[in-house]
Amino acid sequence: MLEVRNLQVSVEGKAILRGIDLAVNAGEVHAIMGPNGSGKSTLAQVLAGRESFTVTGGGVRYLSRDLLAMAPEERAREGVFLAFQYPVEVPGVSNVYLLKAAINSLRKHRGLPELDAIEFLGLVREKMTLMDMADEMIYRSVNEGFSGGEKKRNEILQMAVLEPKLAILDETDSGLDIDALKVVARGINALRSAERAIILVTHYQRILNYVAPDFVHVLSQGRIVRSGPRELALELEQRGYGWLEEAAPTSPLGASAK
Amino acid sequence: MTTTATRLDELLRRDYPHGFVTNLEADSLARGLNEDIIGLISARKREPQFMLEWRLKAFRHWLTMTEPGWASVRHPPIDYQDIVYYSAPKSGKDGPKSLDEVDPELLRMYEKLGVPLQERERLAGVAVDAVLDSVSVGTTFKAKLAELGIVFCSFSEAVHEHPELVQKYLGSVVPYTDNFYATLNSAVFSDGSFCYIPPGVRCPMELSTYFRINAKDTGQFERTLIIADEGAYVSYLEGCTAPVRDENQLHAAVVELIALDNARIKYSTVQNWYPGDQEGKGGIYNFVTKRGDCRGANSHISWTQVETGSAITWKYPSCILRGDNSVGEFYSVALTNHHQQADTGTKMIHIGRNTRSTILSKGISAGHGSNAYRGLVKVLKSAAGARNYTQCDSLLLGDQCRAHTFPYIEVKNATAKVEHEASTARIGEDQLFYCMQRGLSAEDAVSMIVNGFCKEVFKELPMEFAVEAQKLLGVNLEGSIG
Repeated sequence: MLEVRNLQVSVEGKAILRGIDLAVNAGEVHAIMGPNGSGKSTLAQVLAGRESFTVTGGGVRYLSRDLLAMAPEERAREGVFLAFQYPVEVPGVSNVYLLKAAINSLRKHRGLPELDAIEFLGLVREKMTLMDMADEMIYRSVNEGFSGGEKKRNEILQMAVLEPKLAILDETDSGLDIDALKVVARGINALRSAERAIILVTHYQRILNYVAPDFVHVLSQGRIVRSGPRELALELEQRGYGWLEEAAPTSPLGASAK
Repeated sequence: MTTTATRLDELLRRDYPHGFVTNLEADSLARGLNEDIIGLISARKREPQFMLEWRLKAFRHWLTMTEPGWASVRHPPIDYQDIVYYSAPKSGKDGPKSLDEVDPELLRMYEKLGVPLQERERLAGVAVDAVLDSVSVGTTFKAKLAELGIVFCSFSEAVHEHPELVQKYLGSVVPYTDNFYATLNSAVFSDGSFCYIPPGVRCPMELSTYFRINAKDTGQFERTLIIADEGAYVSYLEGCTAPVRDENQLHAAVVELIALDNARIKYSTVQNWYPGDQEGKGGIYNFVTKRGDCRGANSHISWTQVETGSAITWKYPSCILRGDNSVGEFYSVALTNHHQQADTGTKMIHIGRNTRSTILSKGISAGHGSNAYRGLVKVLKSAAGARNYTQCDSLLLGDQCRAHTFPYIEVKNATAKVEHEASTARIGEDQLFYCMQRGLSAEDAVSMIVNGFCKEVFKELPMEFAVEAQKLLGVNLEGSIG
């Protein structure tokens, strides 16, 4: 589904990603871990089409298309979803309004009729129950005055409604208490399917107790320095990132295994 | 009427030995402005003597005035002698014959707004029979309103049928000496709306010029006078919702509102006159004086405006809070795109005790647009316990536009409380990216963010107006994203 080849990205002349290789297939959950500043969020945002980054080398193919050549909204319509690390506030625009505009732009792109108000609300309510969200949340302005936990839940709600093919979750677990973490994990697990791929960008292995990844990649200084099965995350938990940062980069198992 | 005519004949004989009669038959007056022209306008409208005198007083005063220079707008000098001050209702003679003759840009805009075809023709000034529909609609409503004693008619009709009301209230809020443009309007205004709600009557429907006969013929110098008698209520919609084709550049209207004891007037405007093209050529100069007088105790006047059109907007819908416990409100959205300029705001003059006012202004600048909020909150010595809350927010799109805020506050009573909040923000790249990542196009994203920014004002508008206002913002923001 997604093939990242030797991706190099810089911001204002400073190299952030220095040759990322990653292959993700439908049905897989990949965790991308790494210390602060390793380039995890950059990778997530570049995949979603953020323009403040400059791709200086390499490429990304998504469903056999050149992902980097697609506009952000086109990527979204083709099924790429980014759950933001810092969900953005949009004052005066209700959650339900944004969601409806979003789902209908996706449906239009796919040649489907727009959902009417009743179908739409039915869908949203169902997903809100899954996310333990009170009804009034959807009538509040997008993320405005939401607590950290509410914002993250809201991201997963959007994901659940929009049903992407490739979901990239950028530190969705950070700042969550244990109950909220469980709810978010439940939302993510509910979306796991043979047709969908999920990339979990995370700092901590904690969420991986609830969402079991198929592969774990460790990012350090803009490179994937180690890839492995779920157990790698546990090892990281015990030993920290230091031992990997010192070690020489190894070939990314996740990519070569496929 | 006879007196006026005689007087006019004299004037005519003296100053217009040639050509006048021809002019009269052609149904439009010569360019330029002088006492004769004013006499002719008044005669053409068969006005009683008091109207002519009032116009002439205004004109004589106008001659002593100069254009105000304090607004944050720029335009080439206006030649007031090069304007036709009275042109008869557009007929098949001077209007376009069919939509084929209408500026395609204009039609594209109507189409985007979802204006029905017939309506588009009417708005573009095409002489079509469809107008008949609205005439009959107008008549139906008028009969219904008349049952309640509500007077709702064109200004010209009011002058004939209710001269005592006109004489009593005309110029009582905006005197003919008020300001350069209002004074000019007083001298030459061609028509407008008149509305009187009798004591204790709650007007059962939103009144709008759309329902009024003659609506399309009001011209560029309109005058509106609305009186809510004791305990009355009226909501009035000023529908310049679609750009009216107008060859002339200057639009100088005056609106006067009077609320007596316990009366309430809600006045909503969605203004979308032709803003000029993308290079800033053409467009309407919208120099308008709007003022409401909360004359009675516990009276309430609220202005809601959405200003998206015009090359230049210069207007300050204001409230004079004379009655004790009276309330004034001003809710405004002003959008400037391309080379549009807006200098708009309000004046809240607190005179009565415990008077309250709220000002909520949202300015959006895009392209090379310039947007200024200018407001005065004045609390007189007599206004013990007065309260004002002002909030001015500006939103910038792009890096070529400008936003200014000029709040003036004068407080002469120590018991008054006045609050002012202001903010300026740029549409965040974060917000745009967030919405686009959810599948929205850049234009839809901007439109949604801007609409969100304006929400507090839109919710003051009647339902259908709010929908239209949202669409308008979208259309007018077109091309503002690089």
